[in-house]
Amino acid sequence: MTDKSPTDAPNAARKRWMAVLARAGANAIAARLEGIGEIPAFVRLRGPEIGLAMARGRTGGGGAPFNLGEVAVTRCTVRAEGGPIGHAYVTGRDARHAELAAQVDALMQDASRAAELERSVIAPLEAAETVRRATIAAKAEATKVRFFAMRNMRT
Amino acid sequence: MNDTLTAGFDDPVAGAQRCFRAVLDAMARPGRIETIGGVAPPEPLGIAAGAVLLTLTDHETPLWLDPAAAAARQWLAFHSGAPTAADPATATFALALGLPDLTRFAAGTHEGPETSATVVVQLPSLTGGTALRLRGPGIETTALLAPAGLPADFPAIWQRNRGLFPAGIDLILCAGADLAALPRTVGIEEA
Repeated sequence: MTDKSPTDAPNAARKRWMAVLARAGANAIAARLEGIGEIPAFVRLRGPEIGLAMARGRTGGGGAPFNLGEVAVTRCTVRAEGGPIGHAYVTGRDARHAELAAQVDALMQDASRAAELERSVIAPLEAAETVRRATIAAKAEATKVRFFAMRNMRT
Repeated sequence: MNDTLTAGFDDPVAGAQRCFRAVLDAMARPGRIETIGGVAPPEPLGIAAGAVLLTLTDHETPLWLDPAAAAARQWLAFHSGAPTAADPATATFALALGLPDLTRFAAGTHEGPETSATVVVQLPSLTGGTALRLRGPGIETTALLAPAGLPADFPAIWQRNRGLFPAGIDLILCAGADLAALPRTVGIEEA
């Protein structure tokens, strides 16, 4: 196994939307899909099924890999009627989330729908995720201890 | 991406468990025909052959696939995760349409007889062929099995495989939804 994640790979675009879908919640995806109108029927090829994956980290962020712990992962594979196959792997045990993410992944591969889905599903979900992360970062930032300032106080 | 991929077991857990039980019973009672359902494998796989491979293979068991069954490779790889063995000698499981040359597969060793290959042979039918009389563990006196599509010298071929005991190949014969097993312990003669 390599840890490389090339950003210029042909699947970079698909990777991006799959990541966005995996981080969004089932309700958020469902709400965005409501505005889309008619979507085709799907056949479940596998799952949704729940399993475990070992999450690994690196000591100090760049050192030797170690096993951090197991996380629950739900995966699902669906095929849009007569169309491409969509996959989803999401953390947690939400089967509906995995299925919705797989459905959107299948629809995104249909060139005639991709632009509309990107505009009304992927981009808003990505924006919401960015806001959520920024909020957490801002809250954490407020509690940061400035050791440099403390040293200045003593002198 | 190939868009012909279809679903595996209707109910993955119960389907695989039922099939495992059927294989277990067939192995324990050579000659007995078990029937399997709950799965619709792609051509050229029959229900039984597809179900057995989904049940028994996983990412740790290299699978050798008969070139004539290459159309089923994607389905098997997706649902079982089994790697492909290019060389039959490295395969843990094998799928063949018709009896392959059994000497090409790993027969195991006296120290590790469990490392032998299990070969799934898909035949046109498990009835109506040349009758074979089976003896051995799991059979009280004798059992009869008449699979169609095996070569005429099958009893002689099997005798050589049985001579390797405790090593040797185990066969699972599949036809449509039916399966029967010929473990390495069984003795076969023409009825």
